[in-house]
Amino acid sequence: MTTDTRVLTRMKRSWGEVKRKRWAYAFISPFYILFAIFSVYPIIFSIYLSFTEWKGMGPKVFVGLENYRRLLGDSVFWQSIRNGVILFFLYVPIMTLLALVLAVILNAKFVRFFQVFRTMIFIPYITTMIAAGFVFRMMMNMKYGFFNILLTSIGIPPVPWLENVWWARISLSLLVMWAWLGYNMVIMLAGLQTISKDLVEAATIDGANPVQAFFRITVPLMKPIILFCVILSTIGSFGLFSEVYSLTVGGRPMNATLTPIVYIWQQAFQHYKFSYASAVSYVYFAIIVVLTLLQLRYFGREE
Amino acid sequence: MAVITESTLIKTKTIGKRIFVYLVLISISIFMILPFFWVLITSFKPMEEVFHIPMIIFSRNMSLDNFKAIIDKGVLIKLWNTFFIAFTATALRLFFCSLAGYGFAKYRFPGREFLFSVLIATMIVPFAIVVVPLYIMMRDFRWIDTFMPLIIPGAASAFGIFFMRQYIRSIPDELLDAARIDGCSEFRIYARVILPVVTPGLISLGLIFFMQVWNDLMWPMIILKSPEKQTLPVMLSSLTGPAGMTIYNLQMAVSVVSIAPLIIIFLLFQKRFTAGITFGAVKG
Repeated sequence: MTTDTRVLTRMKRSWGEVKRKRWAYAFISPFYILFAIFSVYPIIFSIYLSFTEWKGMGPKVFVGLENYRRLLGDSVFWQSIRNGVILFFLYVPIMTLLALVLAVILNAKFVRFFQVFRTMIFIPYITTMIAAGFVFRMMMNMKYGFFNILLTSIGIPPVPWLENVWWARISLSLLVMWAWLGYNMVIMLAGLQTISKDLVEAATIDGANPVQAFFRITVPLMKPIILFCVILSTIGSFGLFSEVYSLTVGGRPMNATLTPIVYIWQQAFQHYKFSYASAVSYVYFAIIVVLTLLQLRYFGREE
Repeated sequence: MAVITESTLIKTKTIGKRIFVYLVLISISIFMILPFFWVLITSFKPMEEVFHIPMIIFSRNMSLDNFKAIIDKGVLIKLWNTFFIAFTATALRLFFCSLAGYGFAKYRFPGREFLFSVLIATMIVPFAIVVVPLYIMMRDFRWIDTFMPLIIPGAASAFGIFFMRQYIRSIPDELLDAARIDGCSEFRIYARVILPVVTPGLISLGLIFFMQVWNDLMWPMIILKSPEKQTLPVMLSSLTGPAGMTIYNLQMAVSVVSIAPLIIIFLLFQKRFTAGITFGAVKG
């Protein structure tokens, strides 16, 4: 047999295999068909769009890299990226640590009403975010809000929750932590149940105090799950939309809480700059990918 | 004279620690529940009492007037829209995800590993990158102001397929072989053997999908223009009064209508819901 016929028979055989397994291909095909139509095609179309000048109607004018050139000098866009990074540092470390500590506490044998506490901490996660944002906005009102009335009643001066650049970011972080703490905690709880309690107990017998046991044993063992939570939160802090839309009216004050996704939405659907929004979304995607890879590398380094 | 032994010292120390732990848990729980309480009381208040000094928590003027007002503004049709979209989208997604999950879990076929890695890789594509061109596409399809864009493009989710594949893998092959010997077609095996066994998984995944679609804001806000087509989150986004004044009491009444069904569903299926959320994370 020559090599050619051998290749041919192999091809025939694998084609026969494909034919025999046609059911499997039929079962998995809806995803790939939908993805090709509603994701691949739009993604390619938007690359083309990002090299043109188009307001959604009329002829598209090819402008080359003009949109990207403008993007480099667009201080509002870079502000939105900076905001994403700032928000990440404002809430992700605290929330992740708090979620882990709460999970360890709820995992301890002595805690009663475990279910009640878990439910109460988790329930914000299922809430309609825009509704939550509006109620926080109401409670954070400078003059009449619940928080400031509470603070002034115990002699603390009112806080400009939504008026000041940094306070607005902190307030947004509080809302996000309120919504996502329970989610992270529930995932960490499930993770804790997969690691053996004997290890922590052994360390305690060897004279480690609970704090030492937490940092030396629980945290290292939970690393994959912590990494999962942190990566999700990174993508989340750039992708905040409902929260920003309702709590800070789309990025106030002075774009201090504007996130990239809100910026893309404003450019496309409020100013109808479809081509420019496409360019923005590409750069945003690239930044997200780089950040995720960096985190994977940073966390994976010690292994 | 009382003798303080070492063991009583340790005991008081641990009791102190436990009290501290409970204080932390209780104060975090209060912070979590407070906004719900605030939504609820505000939804019964007249506007004059929403922002009032001194603060009014309960008053005689509380009534169902806000709920009557939002019914006049069509909240019931929006509740139905939200439910219809969330239900249809969830049902369709569950069908495609379980079917594909079955395909990946129980068949060996050329290209399986490659196709599965493509599937996983698609998960990092953020919606932001598709939103503009997808909107233009929906416009060309004449799907603006219809429910189709909220149901069809996301009808098969990569996460859901991954989830169902992990779930279906644990079903023993003997069960499928037995059905094959009985002469069942492959689709019949899926419908008659796989589906009944994975029902708990379908409920878990379905709850996650239902919640996501129900609460979604950006995409419905872009697509649904006319008031009688809107969902509850979109209605909330449009409830601002003259000169940018927010009508908080009406907003909070709509919020109650939007949040309450989810809380009821969650409390009924809490175990399944948390199982679904942790399944993807811990097993993945």
